[in-house]
Amino acid sequence: MAKSLRETLHSGKFVVTAEIGPPKGTNLENTIHHIDLLRDKVDALNVTDNQSSMMRYPSVGTALLIKERGGEPVLQMTCRDRNRMALESDLLFAYTRGIRNVLCLTGDSVRVGDHKEAKGVFDLDSVQLIKMVRLMESGKDLGGNELDGAVEFCAGAIVTPEANPIEPQLMKFEKKIAVGAEFFQTQAIYDLDKFKKFMEYARQFDVKILAGIVLLVSARMAKYMNANVPGISVSEELIDEMAGVPKGKGNALRKGIEIAGRMIEELKTNAVCDGVHIMAIGKEELVPDILSAAGISTE
Amino acid sequence: MKTITEQKSLEEIKEFLAEDEKIYIIGCGTCATMCHTGGKEEVLEMKELLQNAGKEVVGWMVIPTACDSLTGDALKENAEVVQKADAILVMACAFGIQTVASFAEIWSLPIYPALNTLFIGKETGEFGVFSEVCQQCGECILAWTGGICPVTSCAKGLLNGPCGGTNNGKCEEDPDKDCAWTLIYQRLEKLGRLDAMRKYYPPRNHQKVQRPGKVLVEIERSQE
Repeated sequence: MAKSLRETLHSGKFVVTAEIGPPKGTNLENTIHHIDLLRDKVDALNVTDNQSSMMRYPSVGTALLIKERGGEPVLQMTCRDRNRMALESDLLFAYTRGIRNVLCLTGDSVRVGDHKEAKGVFDLDSVQLIKMVRLMESGKDLGGNELDGAVEFCAGAIVTPEANPIEPQLMKFEKKIAVGAEFFQTQAIYDLDKFKKFMEYARQFDVKILAGIVLLVSARMAKYMNANVPGISVSEELIDEMAGVPKGKGNALRKGIEIAGRMIEELKTNAVCDGVHIMAIGKEELVPDILSAAGISTE
Repeated sequence: MKTITEQKSLEEIKEFLAEDEKIYIIGCGTCATMCHTGGKEEVLEMKELLQNAGKEVVGWMVIPTACDSLTGDALKENAEVVQKADAILVMACAFGIQTVASFAEIWSLPIYPALNTLFIGKETGEFGVFSEVCQQCGECILAWTGGICPVTSCAKGLLNGPCGGTNNGKCEEDPDKDCAWTLIYQRLEKLGRLDAMRKYYPPRNHQKVQRPGKVLVEIERSQE
C-alpha cells in the first residue's frame, strides 16, 4: 500500500510526484504501463483532467486505475467541463473509491483545445473549488444541504512563480491558502534563482510546495515554450546548453534528463522546496532516468 | 450602447428563403446602420443579391429604430406592399427581428433574420471600437473590481483573480486580448484599493436573473 500523500508531505522527505496523462480513447495499455513503471518509484501519480482542453479518458477513471494498481493517485479537477453539481458528485464518487488527493485547477480555455466550439463551464473558479472541497468535508454541499457521508481530501492547487505580472498571481495564491489549499504544484520552473526568491516569500505560509519540472527535449521546445506557454521562461543559457549537444539520436534528450536531474538535485540538496512534480509529457518512460540523474533512489 | 451584428452568409439566407419567391426587406436605421449590416446601403445590396438569385423583391424600407413600437406603425403604413410578399427578411438585430415578427404575425408571414446578433457593445477608447462590457448577471461586483467587469471581460468569467493562462497582461485565448484581471489589478493599484483583490468572492447565483428576464417598470414613480 502506498503511503498517503498528506503523510508523505509531512514526513520531511523530499516528495516526488509524476504526471500521468490519460489516453485519447479506451486503449489503456500505455497508461497502465506508465502507472506500473512509476507507482513505486514516486510518492504519488497525478492525473491530468482533459489537459490542454483535449478530450481524453477521465482523470477520475485513471486515478482509480492507479489506486487499483497500488499507487497513490492525485485527482486533478478543473472547473472547465463541469458545473458545481458535477464536481461535487465526482468528488463523492472519488472518495468512496479510495481517492484521497485532489488538485484544484481553473482549467485551460476550451479555445486552445480540440473542442474549440464547446462551452467552457467555469461555474466555479479554482479558489471556490478548494473552498467547496472543505465545505463537503464538513458534511454540506454547495446547495446548503446535508451530506449522508462526507469526504476528506488532501487538497492542492497551482501557482505560477514566474507569471508576469506576478502580484495578482501571488494574491490568488494567498486566497487559495486562505480557503484551505495544503500543497501547491508550480508551473514548470527553469530559473532556480527566481524560484528561490518565490520560496523565500512562500515559506511564510504553512503549505507544501512542489516545484514543477518539465523535461526539455530540444532547444526548439524550450524556445516554443518561451513564446507560447504562459509563466514559463527557459533561460538563454539553458537553451544554448540544449542546442550545444552534438547531433545524434537521443543526445538532446539525454541533455534534457541531465538538466532536469541537476535542477531536482539542487532543489533537494539545498532544501529549497518540499519536493518536485515531474511532468514528462509523453516521455513518462524517462521519469526513472530523471530521478537517477537527480541522485534519487527509486528502489 | 449599440447592438453589434454581422451579416449571415448569402448561402444561409438562400437556404431559409428556398420556398419563398417574393421577399420584403426591412433594415434598421440605428445599430444595424452603424454596423453596416442593415442600413439603406446594405438593404439595397441585399435586394440586388436576392434578385440575382431569382427572387422578386416586392419592396423594402429602413425603419428608424426597428426595436421600438413605431415599427408596428411602419408596417401598417406599408401593409399593402408587405402583404404581397411570401416572407420578410429583416436586416436588424434580434431585438428588431422579434419586434417585426410580433407586429407581422397578423399576416401569417414568416420572418427571417439576415443578421447574427453578437453582443451589446459600448464604444470604448478608439472611435468606432465597440466592446462587450456587461452580461447582465444581476450581481454587479464592479464596486470591488475598479469598474472593470471580470464576468464579461475575463474569458473564463473568473471572480477570484487571474488564471495561470495570463501572459504578460494578455489572455490565454487570444494574445491580442487584455487579461481582465491584470487590468483590474492595475486599476485597483492606482486607486489604492488592492485590498479588494484579496477578498473572496463566492460562486455566482445563477438564479439571480430568471431567464428570460421580465420586469414591469412603472412609468410613474409612486408617491409615498
